[in-house]
Amino acid sequence: MDFIQSIDWMGILKCFVVGGIICIIGQILIDKTKLTPARILVIFVTTGAILGGLGIYKYLIDFAGAGATVPLLGFGANLAKGAMQEVKTAGLLGAFTGGVKASAGGIAAAVFFGYLASLLAKPKIKKQ
Amino acid sequence: MKPIETKQEYSNYVDQKSPNSPILKNCFNAFWVGGLICTIGQIIMDFCKFKGLDETAASTVVSIILIAISAILTGLNVFNKIGKFAGAGSLIPITGFANSIVSPAIEYKSEGYVMGVGGKMFTVAGPVLVFGISASVIVGIVALLFM
Amino acid sequence: MERLGAQTIKLQNPPTIVEVASIVGPKEGQGPLAKYFDQCLEDEFWGEKTWEKAESKIIKEAVNSVITKSGVPADQIDYCFAGDLLNQCISSSFGLRELNIPFFGVFGACSTFVESLCLGSIFVDAKAARNVLCATSSHFCSAEKQFRFPLELGNQRPPTSQWTVTGSGAAVVGENGSGPYITMVTPGKIVDMGIKDANNMGAAMAPAAVDTLITHFRDTGRKPSYYDMIITGDLGYVGKEIVCELTETKGYNIKNNYEDCGVLIFDKEKQDTHSGGSGCACIGVTFSGYFFKQLKDKKLNRILLVATGALTNATTSQQGESIPGIAHAVAIETSIN
Repeated sequence: MDFIQSIDWMGILKCFVVGGIICIIGQILIDKTKLTPARILVIFVTTGAILGGLGIYKYLIDFAGAGATVPLLGFGANLAKGAMQEVKTAGLLGAFTGGVKASAGGIAAAVFFGYLASLLAKPKIKKQ
Repeated sequence: MKPIETKQEYSNYVDQKSPNSPILKNCFNAFWVGGLICTIGQIIMDFCKFKGLDETAASTVVSIILIAISAILTGLNVFNKIGKFAGAGSLIPITGFANSIVSPAIEYKSEGYVMGVGGKMFTVAGPVLVFGISASVIVGIVALLFM
Repeated sequence: MERLGAQTIKLQNPPTIVEVASIVGPKEGQGPLAKYFDQCLEDEFWGEKTWEKAESKIIKEAVNSVITKSGVPADQIDYCFAGDLLNQCISSSFGLRELNIPFFGVFGACSTFVESLCLGSIFVDAKAARNVLCATSSHFCSAEKQFRFPLELGNQRPPTSQWTVTGSGAAVVGENGSGPYITMVTPGKIVDMGIKDANNMGAAMAPAAVDTLITHFRDTGRKPSYYDMIITGDLGYVGKEIVCELTETKGYNIKNNYEDCGVLIFDKEKQDTHSGGSGCACIGVTFSGYFFKQLKDKKLNRILLVATGALTNATTSQQGESIPGIAHAVAIETSIN
């Protein structure tokens, strides 16, 4: 398996640690502030967009790969990055199209799979 | 103990009486589950690049696959158990965003597909899109002004 | 009837609780009180398509069951007092729409069961009714959906949170009978001590319970030790401890004969219910299932039943309002002196 041999295990470790630490920050917010899940997600996505806009977040992505892009901070940073790149080619219009364009895959997937799941699944009680 | 008269005294008293969340245990679980989800993302990403996709496309594929897995686990009534165990570990990665869209979609199916599933799908995750997209527009405008 | 002190009503011809019925969901059916309930359901839907329909069916069947068990002909039950947690009390009104008994919709959040008993017993004592029906219901899933989050959302419940009881408790209260009798009624005031955390309902409602308890003791001149048991509705572990300590600061010691239905109904460790049970049905089924039998067997002879309610909804929580609490009390005794 060429792919297995090509894996950068050091990169995987960095990804695991950084992703884990970002989640710890979220957990501290949950346990210490009584914020609802929706508010915590909003804080992360907005912070990500600001860090992305300031050009800081890309260093974290370079360092940790998916450890930085998979958490919602990365979703926010990706929105910001998309807007900034599009502005270069399309001007003001780019500010409106760039962000969503860059994140379109994730948004469409969430909506589509959400709809699909509602067709197939039935609400169920948490057993515990 | 002294009698409690004011709201402030009562609030302090209740804080002291209420058990705290087991924060160390929660953080530990959030760390390794969150790290694991990101690692799965990294492996998918590496595989996509190995197959010749560029950085942006690979990143999008990672999001779509993680969202699909999360939707399936939500539909199978498994995600809420992971979430209960891992807390922020499954909430903060893109899986939490997907779960917060899929779970109301399933729950409000009883109110019909248009106003139930369609209308209520964003009750939890809607704010993420509102603030995320608005922030990106502002970032874009600011970038335009300073370039 | 006669008024005592500030808030209490002493019933002159104390009505009898003729019969009770209780139906609970599967989780309650695995709890420590399982053997006392009339019926434990296998699943939360009970063959229905929605949580709301399931809850309506539960209260409907509990009411049908109590009427049958009581042996009172339906045309001699003059009024029905019922309510629940869902918006506009739809579980009760939809569940009981074919009952054909004049209906009072009662909303007291989780205090509804005792509020119904208060109103019903006064009706009977005043000879406005021969028999009345008092009922309430709650359902974990419909309550989560309305007040909190979708069931499939992967969130964590903080240690102070409580678990809404799925079930329905119903009682027939009548003028003829040999007890247990409802002897005193102490309707409570709305008390708000500024708690805003919707995951800590026990702490939000405890001051109301304390207020009603103290008022009851002052109005009647009774001491806590007069009762074999003082029972609150759904304060859970956190609220129960607060009530114990706060009543003590006011000079009443209830530690030895005080229980809370939210603490009794689940096994905290095995069932992972954090601070305990809550919901209208918590006191409804615990009284109808467990305490009524204790009274019938004369293992308990005098109890003070205090149901607590959090008068809040999802909108007020989001608007940052604090949670007003309420507590209503009825004294139930097996003999009248």
